Amino acid sequence: MALPPPDPQFVLRGTNAAVHTLHFSCGGPDPDIPVLFSGSESGFIHVWNLKTHRVDTALDGHGRKSVYCVGTMGGKDRLLSQGRDQRICLWDLAEGRTSVTDSVFTEHVGFCRCSLLKVAQGRWLMAMAARSLEEVQILELPSKTSVCTLKPEVGAKLGMPMCLKLWQLNCGSQPVLLAGYEDGSVILWNVSMGKALSQLDCHQEPVMSLDFDSEKAKGISGSSEKVLSIWSLNEQQNLQVYKTHELVNAGISDITIRPDKKILATAGWDHRVRIFGWKKLKPLAVLDYHTATVHCVSFSDHRNPRERLLAAGSKDHRISVWSIYTQT
Amino acid sequence: LCFIPGGLDCSISFVSHVLGKVCVHGRQKEILGVLVPRLTDLTKSDCIWQRICWRLVECVPDRWMEAVVLGFVQRAPGADVLSRLLGNLVVKNKKAQFVVTQKMLLLQYGHATAVLQNLLGYLSLDSLRRTLLLRVLQELLETWGSSSAVKHSPPEQQLYISKAILICLSHLKEPEVESCRQELLTSMMEGVKCHLDSSLPQLRRLGMVVAESISSKINTEGPVLKFEYEADDETRELKSLLVQTPPFCVVPSLADDDRSENAAAALPLVPESNEKSHAAAPVMPYEESDAELDSDDDLIPYNMSEDKELKIKAPVYIRDCIEVLTGSEDVDKWEATVKALESLIRKNPAATREVSVELAKILLHLEEKTCVEGFVELRQRAQVAVLTTDPIPVARYLTSQFYSLNYSLRQRMDILDVLVLAAQELSCPKFHGKTKHSGAQKPPIQLLPGSDSSKDWRRMVDERIKSKTRRFNMGQSHVEPASSPNEFNSVAGHFFFPLIQHFDRPLTTFDLLGEDRLVLGRLVHTLAVLMYLAVNTVAVMAMGKALLEFVWALRFHTDSYVRQGLLSCISSLLLSVPAERILADMTEELLETQSWLGDVVEKDPDGDCRRLALQNLLLMENLKKKLEAVPS
Repeated sequence: MALPPPDPQFVLRGTNAAVHTLHFSCGGPDPDIPVLFSGSESGFIHVWNLKTHRVDTALDGHGRKSVYCVGTMGGKDRLLSQGRDQRICLWDLAEGRTSVTDSVFTEHVGFCRCSLLKVAQGRWLMAMAARSLEEVQILELPSKTSVCTLKPEVGAKLGMPMCLKLWQLNCGSQPVLLAGYEDGSVILWNVSMGKALSQLDCHQEPVMSLDFDSEKAKGISGSSEKVLSIWSLNEQQNLQVYKTHELVNAGISDITIRPDKKILATAGWDHRVRIFGWKKLKPLAVLDYHTATVHCVSFSDHRNPRERLLAAGSKDHRISVWSIYTQT
Repeated sequence: LCFIPGGLDCSISFVSHVLGKVCVHGRQKEILGVLVPRLTDLTKSDCIWQRICWRLVECVPDRWMEAVVLGFVQRAPGADVLSRLLGNLVVKNKKAQFVVTQKMLLLQYGHATAVLQNLLGYLSLDSLRRTLLLRVLQELLETWGSSSAVKHSPPEQQLYISKAILICLSHLKEPEVESCRQELLTSMMEGVKCHLDSSLPQLRRLGMVVAESISSKINTEGPVLKFEYEADDETRELKSLLVQTPPFCVVPSLADDDRSENAAAALPLVPESNEKSHAAAPVMPYEESDAELDSDDDLIPYNMSEDKELKIKAPVYIRDCIEVLTGSEDVDKWEATVKALESLIRKNPAATREVSVELAKILLHLEEKTCVEGFVELRQRAQVAVLTTDPIPVARYLTSQFYSLNYSLRQRMDILDVLVLAAQELSCPKFHGKTKHSGAQKPPIQLLPGSDSSKDWRRMVDERIKSKTRRFNMGQSHVEPASSPNEFNSVAGHFFFPLIQHFDRPLTTFDLLGEDRLVLGRLVHTLAVLMYLAVNTVAVMAMGKALLEFVWALRFHTDSYVRQGLLSCISSLLLSVPAERILADMTEELLETQSWLGDVVEKDPDGDCRRLALQNLLLMENLKKKLEAVPS
């Protein structure tokens, strides 16, 4: 007899607006306080203290326009946020400061979250959707120089880029970008050469979110339909569909694979968070806490495996934090 | 009569005379049955025999020419054979010309399609005769486009003319199309208007097919006219006429060119789409690697039995439904409400009665907000549910709205449909489940809504007439152990009389006796059904009298759909009103009706009308006989 699904370990309330993005920063050594960054529709970024479960700071840098992406660049003092005011802001949060040190004007009016990749000490690559409809721009941070612009071929009719993931196989190799588009296809781009290596039609509807496991060369994408698509990258750098999984209810907002590559979580439009085993996509749990669409899920980067957490942010203004499958 | 003239110098005229005389006496089949094949063979390659044949037909006296020509056209196995046999007879002989270009095409319409092909093909095969072909096409188009012809000529004739037009079009060459492009366009526009105006779906379809064909002929590049209609055997046959397969390809017709171009265009598309799907997604079979240690097995799944499809809850109270439908921004809730409304109404009759008229009003004006499947049917079923739950006030509201300003034709016809369905449900409650399927209409796909429900009713009435037995318990059944009273009894009048009251009063946007013939037709059919369902009700006598007066006023209406409805009304009347009462109270009117029906049987151009009138006369006969059989 299987156990009933667990309850959240705790729930963070106080954003007073739909939560669109979450990012943990818990990797620092003790006595560093583990924090969770959340971006909400009201334009605020809340910094949650995971010991006290309260908001430490609220950052207002996007003119009250919705913040839909947050990330850190090497520790919780360097924050990056992206909002509907068409800007990406870089923050300096060290020693209690709350200032925007730099910003990039993307001119992107969609919802495509940017993707960060550390390529060298102090050097980052960021992929973001640009002003032109189908293009993705790669910038180097913090210099903000453009590395390249990835343009699909004329007449490709891909639509907007919906989700991005920059990765490299190991520290020295070429960075590559996986981009999911409005027409349901995923393209693998070679960033340095600026050309597409492979294209795969995985969905009939726009690709809402994707995540990739570079060790196993396998990735997963979800869209507004009922199907999750798992695809793999072979030696010739070609994408192939590996498997599909049909869900009970349609609509996935976010997918994320846990850093240890054992499980993955999906955020669903049906208010539920689902946990799957990554190896065979075995359904493991359905976490039914929220009362509205779950917009984002994120795993924490705790060094101690037992402390690992999963957070889910929803339209019902709450962030649920779960401790699940921490024994492995 | 083996006919082999010998010698090249003999006079042919005697033979012509004999041929003519025989044909005119009606023996075309026999003589031509032998003659035509023989001549076909002889004239195949021999010019002299061809000339002999031409002389033969030319010498037939005028008074017998028609029979001979008719026979030849009917018998010839193909247009080219006809051309060999008759030569340029139509150009040289006035009578032959008249028969071929006027009589066979415009005045008669019983010939088979093959005969038409022969005739028109024959006209097209020689340059001298082609002028005749063009003239024929013009005249055919004139007839096709004339509104009086569309209204009054029988559908069979219209089909014949349409076929002829299509065949002519298939023979036209490009320069000829150029020269008469403007006329073709004008005729097409006029003709299409008259055809679409008609209340009979068959005529509308004919108009659409012909107009599409003409348009594709005159606009070889650029957008062509395209209608939406259900393809059936008739339309397919018509369309096939556009493409000629000539036995010898002299000039491939334009339609053939189009077809080969399209085929060529289709080919390059296919390899292109193959290239496009880079990774055509060969799905790798999921391999079971037993050798690998499956670390996923360490993860024990939790209980996921609660994971079911998400359902948006619809409101549980009728008043909440009203709120959602009138104001709510939440489209999910709106959808759920629309889907749940009918069952809610039926489960809460008391609550519905409190707000029935308001609900009816909302439903009448409800428009599709989101893409709900079967929206039209859901709305209609909800309306029927409201009407059956609280018949009198809602019927009063609906019938008054029928005659009000600013409703669309579709809404007015919706009202009629809802009244019919509700009446049906009220009068036979045991068929509650069944009627939902047979009575519910499918959303209209055609240009104008089809008359599905009236056909169903016609069938039911026909069956009733056929059975010739009067069942005295309409609302109850001997099979069903639990019988319920006929609920339609108390409200029949409320459904019927308001509808019949104002039909002759025109409003600014709605004129039953003028333009809105389709709605009038539907109204008449609705009244027939209501009358039919009113059997054994108290009001049936009064209804019968009113209906008879109504029918009498409209009996000479020009639209055949309306006339069919009027005749259905008479049928319903004869079936529903008790025989003794009819004969006692309505004798004079009945006699007048009988003579009118007799007229219809003989003179009405529409086949359905004639059939219905005949049925009514039979019904009357049966009635009389039954009453005479009963001992007084």
